[in-house]
Amino acid sequence: MEAAPAGTVPPPPSVAPRRRLIDVVVVAAVVGVLAWAWEGADMRPMDLWTFRGNMATFLGDFLEPDFRRWQLYLEQMIVTVQIAIWGTVLAVVLAIPLGVLCAENVVPIWVYYPIRRLMDAARAINEVVFAVLFVVAVGLGPFAGTLAIFVHTTGVLAKLFSEAVEAIDPRPVEGIRATGGNHIHEVIFGIIPQVLPLWISYALYRFESNVRSATVVGLVGAGGIGQIFFEAFRGFDYAATSAIMIFIIVTVTMLDVASQQLRRMVI
Amino acid sequence: MLGANTMAVSVRGLTKTFRQGHRPALDNVTFSARPSEMVALIGASGSGKSTLIRHLAGLATADRDGDGEVRILDRTMQSRGRRGRELATLRTDVGVVFQQFNLVGRLSVLTNVLMGVLGRAPAWRTSLGQFTRQERVDAMACLDRVGLADRAAQRASTLSGGQQQRAAIARALLQRARILLADEPIASLDPQAARRVMEILSDINRSDGVTVLVSLHQVAYAAAYCHRTLALREGELVFDGPSTELTPAMLGNLYGAESEELFLPELPAQSPTPMALAAG
Repeated sequence: MEAAPAGTVPPPPSVAPRRRLIDVVVVAAVVGVLAWAWEGADMRPMDLWTFRGNMATFLGDFLEPDFRRWQLYLEQMIVTVQIAIWGTVLAVVLAIPLGVLCAENVVPIWVYYPIRRLMDAARAINEVVFAVLFVVAVGLGPFAGTLAIFVHTTGVLAKLFSEAVEAIDPRPVEGIRATGGNHIHEVIFGIIPQVLPLWISYALYRFESNVRSATVVGLVGAGGIGQIFFEAFRGFDYAATSAIMIFIIVTVTMLDVASQQLRRMVI
Repeated sequence: MLGANTMAVSVRGLTKTFRQGHRPALDNVTFSARPSEMVALIGASGSGKSTLIRHLAGLATADRDGDGEVRILDRTMQSRGRRGRELATLRTDVGVVFQQFNLVGRLSVLTNVLMGVLGRAPAWRTSLGQFTRQERVDAMACLDRVGLADRAAQRASTLSGGQQQRAAIARALLQRARILLADEPIASLDPQAARRVMEILSDINRSDGVTVLVSLHQVAYAAAYCHRTLALREGELVFDGPSTELTPAMLGNLYGAESEELFLPELPAQSPTPMALAAG
């Protein structure tokens, strides 16, 4: 392209003073919030230095993991994965209809509004809190953990699924409607084929994070490796605690890698 | 079946306003089409062609304060902005072909065509994705008719634009629609694919006696394939008559400077199927 004749190209726009003022205000606000939260969060960075001796001893115990009871750890690690499997599968089954019923391009407001609030509640409460409740309801053990993960994950997946539904191309759905298909047909043939890869990806991702969550729900007695971990830790058996943590890290890493591969294949 | 005086499509006083206080997208549109007619609908972009077709397809309803009415095969599809009781069954009688084809890209071409039976097959069965052998055979016949039988197993998204449009026509064929509405079916296609699609529509009109209403923004195609043309300008029906009357002078009269848009792009060099074919 040829350069335009001199004088016709406007100069680059200068940054307006108003814009600079906004930057200053934003920075001041961020610093203000951080200072305000310092007190409440009980920030004592110097303690890391003061108690370095204690921490070195503590760390020393961890450096010699004790794998003598590895069969128990493996067994309980498998239980944890099994909790994650059933918690995720039940959540997916329930999140499919609920996700569609949360999408504002599919159902009227008086349907999606209450269901969204219900899902918000399921999501707002952490798995561990649900686990505490279910341990009371169904007793100690993996079933309580499975239910906790199931309820929380349903809330998460219903939201993710409905966001995928809201982002679809509406034209194929209209194509189905124009042939004389009913609402169920529109969902099954028009919407689900479009969102399926994303749904599978979300479900696998939640499975990954549910394996991590399943170790945590064990801490409150809801079964699996977390329960063994907590018992070892409270018995000051740091060598065993260390071995259990290695089991968790290796398992979670392996499942993450496998699940990432799977997700890459579906998208 | 249909009485001599039955109109395939009958529209009376249809007005549609999208935003209160703005110019209506459709302004008191009235016309009717006899069974087996092939009618072109022309107009510049924004003149209301798509809006009109969406109303005829039962995908939109007109203003509630007007007394507009759409009747399909002498049954009410919508009246005074409210859906008629028979809307669901009437949608099955009306096939729609869209500018962007509106196929489900991740489903196979065959499954997309099978969507044509949804209006008449038992809903519980089709909802489970089950189609009978006969339905599959019929769908293959429809695909064969548009020259795509060898593509049945492919995903719809792997087809070219012209092929997708032909698959969409196969879907309308399986639907056994008595009326076929085509909303800018060739606007996204190259000239060769466009001609092929127009020829298939013309063939369906002549061989099956299906009433075809096709919106176009190239007048040359209207003149080549349709005896009758309706012209919309800013939501108003400004012309309803033989396509042969649509001379450049006439169009200049109707549309002023906008008429240029209706001529571009030109028809391909090889002259398309002439009127003689359509009449034959």
